[in-house]
Amino acid sequence: MNNRRGVMIVIGALLALLIVTPYASSYVIVLITYALVYSILAMSLDILLGYTGLPSLGQAAYLGMGAYLTAILATQYDFGLGWDFWVVLVLGILVGAATAAFFGLFAIRATGVYFLMITLALGQCVWGLAYRWNSLTGGDNGINLPPRPQFGINLANDVTYFYIVFGCFAVSLLTLYILVKSPFGRSLEGIREREPRMRILGYNTWLHKYIAFVIAGGYGGLAGVLWAHLSGLVSPSDVLLTTSVDALLMVVLGGAGTLVGGVIGAALIVFLRDYLSTMVTWWLYVLGGVYILTILYLPGGLMGLLERIRRRRALSASPEKAEKLKSVVH
Amino acid sequence: MGEVELNAQFWLIQSFNGISYGALLFLLASGLSLIFGVMRIVNLAHGAYFLLGGYVALSVIGATGSWMLSLPVAALAIAAVGLVMERIFLRPLGFDPLRQVLLTVGFAFVFQQAALDIWGGDNLDINPPDILKNSVVIGELYLPAYRIFMIGMAGVVGLILWLVMEKTRMGAMVRAAVDDSEMARGVGIDTSRVSMFIFALGAFLAALGGAIGGAFLGIYPGLDFEILPIAFAVVIIGGMGSLGGAALGSLIVGLADNFGRALFPEISYFTLYAPMVLILAIKPTGLFGRE
Repeated sequence: MNNRRGVMIVIGALLALLIVTPYASSYVIVLITYALVYSILAMSLDILLGYTGLPSLGQAAYLGMGAYLTAILATQYDFGLGWDFWVVLVLGILVGAATAAFFGLFAIRATGVYFLMITLALGQCVWGLAYRWNSLTGGDNGINLPPRPQFGINLANDVTYFYIVFGCFAVSLLTLYILVKSPFGRSLEGIREREPRMRILGYNTWLHKYIAFVIAGGYGGLAGVLWAHLSGLVSPSDVLLTTSVDALLMVVLGGAGTLVGGVIGAALIVFLRDYLSTMVTWWLYVLGGVYILTILYLPGGLMGLLERIRRRRALSASPEKAEKLKSVVH
Repeated sequence: MGEVELNAQFWLIQSFNGISYGALLFLLASGLSLIFGVMRIVNLAHGAYFLLGGYVALSVIGATGSWMLSLPVAALAIAAVGLVMERIFLRPLGFDPLRQVLLTVGFAFVFQQAALDIWGGDNLDINPPDILKNSVVIGELYLPAYRIFMIGMAGVVGLILWLVMEKTRMGAMVRAAVDDSEMARGVGIDTSRVSMFIFALGAFLAALGGAIGGAFLGIYPGLDFEILPIAFAVVIIGGMGSLGGAALGSLIVGLADNFGRALFPEISYFTLYAPMVLILAIKPTGLFGRE
């Protein structure tokens, strides 16, 4: 896609969202806020899956770490319910990154199916602690959070909280965009395409992958903090395997390696899970169907579909240009 | 003195419980291990096969009143489901772990919804024949007959599987495909047919496990994704594609789970998955996997 045009479209769409959302019904506002939180998680996973070629089956673990940290600090230490909300936000990022830094020591060397399995196991470790460590996590019942923080502004107001989440989301998108466009991001793509060659060129591919893993964990932790205050309840089901799998689908559905794709995927899946499920009882068929159809018919995701349509249109519009495009593609 | 006796009894009972739970896990995980070994597919629908097996068995009992009949019918029905899934959807996909995973998740959700529509959301139980509801008394130990039956069943199934793998042509083809799929194709083995066979067999075993486990764990929505990671722990710890590994892995996980719950309940799941991580990090093919 024309780079500058793409960026303008994204900025335009986000501004529109920012302006329009406050006028929506409170239910829709909360739904959009959920979509934004999941978007941060999906983008963090896209750094691994789309840019580095690491399909993680345990991204919910970092969301869980951030969310449980927030809940435990709030309920047991009365911390993070005023201006120190911002401190918790930073702590959430740090705890997500630290967890990933620890997990990465085990996971990074594995490839392909083994990487899937080891991240699944790591995610289950976190889930297992959340589920069984009653004295700390409240076990199966989870932890109910007190009302959202208040510091001059009152986050209990859904619109205000939407602005906060939107801000975090926008900053995440911007910083991740800068990251993937940086030389570091380019070398990640190199690793995705052909790791042995990168190694021969003198890149420390293990370290690159490890750093990407830690960064993804940090953003996952951020999503967790926002998630905890949004839902008001943190429970083991948030850390369940299905959450990690949903995050994967969001990225693949939207289009891996595009950042924005994860956002589109997150919006669609949140809509399916939270909105459709209140309307019809058979929504799981739709969700399952989306999984199956995406895999069978949308290998590049929705962003890939857009790209394909654009290219076809260019082909029919001017044969000359088409030749040029072809030579670029091949 | 009494305390010592109590202690010995505690260890014996817990070991027995662990072994019988391991027996159930073996039914579920042996197929998963073979599927993983032959096709390198992370089949996230395997838990759904287990759950559906239980539900179908329940319906068969409801319709015919025969518990004996329910086990093979449930296993065969779900084997057919697995067969169709492999032929129509997984085979054309080619080798791409991520897409395979997401496809099987899609099916898991569809199965979940179907189960909910057909059988409802309540906790259901399979009622085994009266003879299996008794306890066998050995010394001062009361051992539930059903748990003994599970151990026996796993033993029989394990033996049959071993015979099939070691003594038949199909078994030799499967072993070849596990060791080196490309080489197997090279010498003229129809690996596509092997995959089909293995996938259907895996679904058969999982459903059999579900039908048997239904009297033990119950049958309820969510059981599929609850039991699935445990099956993966078995596969990883034992080593994929190896029957002996699956048997040992089941035993280890069954015992670890039981003693974990009894001795340090707060970290009992952690003690299950942390070894899985370590083994994957150190020796990805599992403790007893084929290199």
